[in-house]
Amino acid sequence: MEALLFYLFASLTLICGLLVVANPLTRNPVTSAMFLVLTIVSMAGLFVLLHAFFLAAVQVMVYAGAVIVLFLFVIMLLDIKSVEQKGFNPLSLFMGLLGLLAVGGMVIQSILRSNVGQGLKPQLEGATKELGVELFTHYVLAFEIMGVLLLVGMMGVILLSKKDLK
Amino acid sequence: MIGLEHYLIVSALLFSLGMMGVILRRNLIVIYMGLELMLNAANLALVAFSRFNNSMDGQVMVFFVITVAAAEVAVGLALIVALYRKRQSTEVADLTTLKL
Repeated sequence: MEALLFYLFASLTLICGLLVVANPLTRNPVTSAMFLVLTIVSMAGLFVLLHAFFLAAVQVMVYAGAVIVLFLFVIMLLDIKSVEQKGFNPLSLFMGLLGLLAVGGMVIQSILRSNVGQGLKPQLEGATKELGVELFTHYVLAFEIMGVLLLVGMMGVILLSKKDLK
Repeated sequence: MIGLEHYLIVSALLFSLGMMGVILRRNLIVIYMGLELMLNAANLALVAFSRFNNSMDGQVMVFFVITVAAAEVAVGLALIVALYRKRQSTEVADLTTLKL
């Protein structure tokens, strides 16, 4: 059952990921954003299979809820009409496929040859309470810095969005 | 039996898909989506390592990565909007000079 769900979510993630970057039917950024939502949601399914329930919820809320909405806002705000309808530049298609094969092949080869998962059992029960305790004791400084980072990011966005950008 | 290497292979494939998107696509917004795919692939690998090594650190790291990704997307999209106001384009081919 778990294997079946894994293959279902993994194939869904990869197919939707492929349709985000290279949809054969359309070059519309809105379609890419919608397939990105599907990718994120099926990846949340993989997180659930890994017993990371809180992270699955955060993944859906932050990515599918906030980040994609931001993407769609910007796409609609800019109202890009002249979507590139022509096919891909052959050189960049070649380089993209080469990069895909090189990086994917290299990493998968090294994963298979190193026997990285040999003898490891899935054992961590990713309870939300433990995650919270870890976050607020061991990683509390990083957590505070993250708050400052979000504040700085917000100020930067407000500054950049001003009409008369110097 | 689904082991660690299954998740790592999915993660590697997703990362290379994201990289292909960054190389292949000419639209800045879609390039950003490729970056998001790459960050998500790293998240998947971290969660898998965390589960199979019985340590919570990977999940805490994923939490931080999600936060940084949210901030990065907000700033990046604001930059794209600012660029669009100057140039009326989000194609990378039109944005080849540093001068505004």
